[in-house]
Amino acid sequence: MDRIIQWATDPWGQNVPIHIAWFLIWVAAIGGLLFLMVHATYVRYFAKARQFVNDDPADIAPRLPKRIPRHSLGARLFHWIMAASMLTLLFTAFLPKVGIQFDWITYHWIAGAVLTASVIFHVFHASFVLDFWSIWPDKIDLQDAFRRTLRFVGRTAPRPRKFAKYPLENKLYHLAIVAAGLSVIGTGVFMLFRVRTILFPRNPYLFSDMTWGLIYVLHGLAGVGLIGLILVHIYMAVRPEKLAITKSMIVGSMSREFYLEEHDPHRWVVDTSSSPKL
Amino acid sequence: MAVIRDVMPAFELVQPSSAVEAQKVLEQHGSDAWVLAGGMDSFDWLKDRIKRPKIVVDLSGIDELKGVRTIADGIEIGAMTTLTELVANETVKQKFGLLAQAAELVASPQIRNQGTIGGNVSQDARCWYYRAGWPCYRAGGNICYADDPDGRNREHAILHADRCVAVNPSDTAPALIALDAKFVMRTPKGERIVDAEDYFIGPEIDITRLHILQPGDLLTAIRIPSSWANAKFYFEKVRDRNVWDFPLLNVASAMVVSGGTIERIRIAVNGAAARPLRLKAVEDAVRDKAPNAETGVLAGKLAVRGAVPLQFNGYKIPLLRNLVKRAIGGVEEAVWTA
Repeated sequence: MDRIIQWATDPWGQNVPIHIAWFLIWVAAIGGLLFLMVHATYVRYFAKARQFVNDDPADIAPRLPKRIPRHSLGARLFHWIMAASMLTLLFTAFLPKVGIQFDWITYHWIAGAVLTASVIFHVFHASFVLDFWSIWPDKIDLQDAFRRTLRFVGRTAPRPRKFAKYPLENKLYHLAIVAAGLSVIGTGVFMLFRVRTILFPRNPYLFSDMTWGLIYVLHGLAGVGLIGLILVHIYMAVRPEKLAITKSMIVGSMSREFYLEEHDPHRWVVDTSSSPKL
Repeated sequence: MAVIRDVMPAFELVQPSSAVEAQKVLEQHGSDAWVLAGGMDSFDWLKDRIKRPKIVVDLSGIDELKGVRTIADGIEIGAMTTLTELVANETVKQKFGLLAQAAELVASPQIRNQGTIGGNVSQDARCWYYRAGWPCYRAGGNICYADDPDGRNREHAILHADRCVAVNPSDTAPALIALDAKFVMRTPKGERIVDAEDYFIGPEIDITRLHILQPGDLLTAIRIPSSWANAKFYFEKVRDRNVWDFPLLNVASAMVVSGGTIERIRIAVNGAAARPLRLKAVEDAVRDKAPNAETGVLAGKLAVRGAVPLQFNGYKIPLLRNLVKRAIGGVEEAVWTA
């Protein structure tokens, strides 16, 4: 633990953490890149074609629109605002630590404030407007993950079902982003009390040195974790087989063919009542 | 924290005989190495055991880093030239008297005999929380003990503070900025020359350093072009003890007056921020104006624009305003009448 946390002695003789050890930046970046290489190699040379339960959607297909709505305008705006603020936060936080020095802190706290506001919007939007539970793993996800694992190791198991709106990997990634994101936001809001901003009156003694140290450490750990998570996310977004999903985050919809190929119409029910049948 | 004074921790002493050799040693050991010039700042750190370098590179045996030389366009001062040598140098006195004035006001005669120009511009901050070894921002921590309602911050920054409120304590730095000096560094990538004002950095760029020298870099010389030789100079330093102290504030200006108006001017102050500040807005405002009290008032007001006092350093705002006014209008205009 001492190797990943930087400690110091405060004026009262107390040994307190002050921040993470900065080599963790490289650990996260290299870890993320290694994941990309291993995943790309696996998909290119070893992965078998995916097989799902035979569930003929022939009766459903004619009633579907040509373009399946996936992300509302509000959801897309949130995503891209969050992405821009997150990238700004990562660059402003870590570039100075690896030797590229510039006046970073103003950009950093402004981006942090934007991220916080966008996440608050997202929580309410997802809770009251979107299908809240669609992004959380459910029983079928876990059953199918178990089936896929058994089949991967050569054991006999039924084929998994097609995905709901979001595959399990997507849901798990969202969970990781929620944990890391809420950690940096929660700690970052308090850290704003240590610098002069237009948001709060400065109060560096809001907490004890130990509590402040733990806040800085958690902020740092979640921050470097986000380096790896964002690397993986961008990589997945540009993979050929995922481009339809990425495009849907821009245009809001995906093709009917992709929907039927990847998703279970019974688990991700598309409202066809108001859509023109194209 | 118990501070054991006067007993330095063990380190390996390297005494190179050339700048090339010194830079190679610094590059080889990176952040484990410590540059020892005159030792006036270094020995405090080492004896207090706050800094614990593994390698100390003593530059005192490198003759090429010493002395004042005439070059094609001005003079070149070796980084290891002592402040006393600088004050006594005829060329410096005659052409660049601003630097001689500034150097002569550094500390005490004994310190000027030992302290070097390179060390004076590269010395560390004097904030006592930092010098005492507390884990403040400048020491790599996450707090400023001085920027606090109860913090002892009488000597600290009123301008451009960013988390850390320590100030640059150099007297020669503003004079060199006013003289448009160039700093020559030997780095792992080769020679690098920067304008004097770009040698210094504030906490918004790097909160742990006052200048741009990275581990492996060596300041070798300071070049002063002849463009400001024999200009009208003004240097004033305000300190608590006139016999020996760091500046509360200082001001340095070089002015060329033609036809009763300011044709060209460079003005810089130190002690107000973590880096010596060139007052470009003041320069632009007073150009083509008469160097009198009225112009000085304008300059003084501009100089303190954006100043934010801490609990105990509010006096620095009128002090800076007056110093800048005097630098423009002269001492005879000292009384603030605006």
